Amino acid sequence: MNAWDPWAVGLAILGLAAITLFTRGFFLIPEREWPLPAWLREGLRYAPLAALAAVVVPEIISTQGRFVSTWADARLWGAAAGAAWYFWRRDILGTILCGMVVYLPLRLGLGWV
Amino acid sequence: MPAAPARPVWRHPEYARGARDMLGTSLGIAAWGLITGVAMGNSGLPLPLMVMMSLLVYAGSAQLATLPLLVSGAPVLVVWATALCVNLRFLIFSAQWRPYFAHLGRQKRLALSYFMADLNYVLFMRRFPEPKPAPEQLPYLLGGATTNWLSWQVPSLLGIVFADSVPAHWGIGFAGTLALLGVGLSLVSDRFTAVAGAVAGCAAVAAYALPLKLNILVAIAAAVAIGVLMDHAAPRKPARPVAPRE
Repeated sequence: MNAWDPWAVGLAILGLAAITLFTRGFFLIPEREWPLPAWLREGLRYAPLAALAAVVVPEIISTQGRFVSTWADARLWGAAAGAAWYFWRRDILGTILCGMVVYLPLRLGLGWV
Repeated sequence: MPAAPARPVWRHPEYARGARDMLGTSLGIAAWGLITGVAMGNSGLPLPLMVMMSLLVYAGSAQLATLPLLVSGAPVLVVWATALCVNLRFLIFSAQWRPYFAHLGRQKRLALSYFMADLNYVLFMRRFPEPKPAPEQLPYLLGGATTNWLSWQVPSLLGIVFADSVPAHWGIGFAGTLALLGVGLSLVSDRFTAVAGAVAGCAAVAAYALPLKLNILVAIAAAVAIGVLMDHAAPRKPARPVAPRE
């Protein structure tokens, strides 16, 4: 016997869609502007980079919130290779490919994390 | 009253540019979409519901966070509260979308909100740093939005259907991390942004123990705070980010 009921799951998924739409359009959908202080409006310039760094950095240098304690971690070398490519060529597809070319052999060949 | 467009939006040169900018990252997005699809396909929930989830919700982190809750039959309010917290960053993004698209009709704004995913936001803000509306912005956004939607949904649906035969243990999801790394580096335009990015990264690791990915919110708050402080301490020279070739 499953723990879930298909109708309940379907309803939950519809709700998830509505919540995502609601958060993505929160300040965009209302007809009237919600005032934001000028300093905050200025400071939000840093938000795109911050959001990316907040996702990427933990994925590369930590496991479940703990710093990696070994150099035998394919993510470190893959990310370093990807970053090096980016600074050399300024090209994001190359960053992905170069990083994976270093990452996959270390992970699959040497069995690193 | 908007004039009738002389040509369809996908013929606009900015549509192609938006699509091209997004194409560079789409390999990484596809890897993440595939992993997310595999997780959904392996969840044991009915496939039609998983397809519906992928198409309607279209938010990878919220889907991954709520999937185990759905499987275990958690109360629906818990599921929704979790998604709300994981999605809180979109609230911040939406405040910045407003000056560009507030002039559009409400239906259009609602439709656009569906496509306002993380990378659409980041690439758009990199292309149009000045919060002023301009006619080329909507085609640029739609070009990127179409590309991002396809590069996410196609692998996601394939992952749901062929979950058994995808070698998820290879770690192909790392391609998604590398895509975001490249986009992040393209946003580092001067010392201020470099410091703000470093602060965000450190804060995200330090606050990792927080539930529901709230560490991302802490990191954004920390980076904005340090950014405001730096701007006030030493007014910056206007610097333009180096446009990457994608």
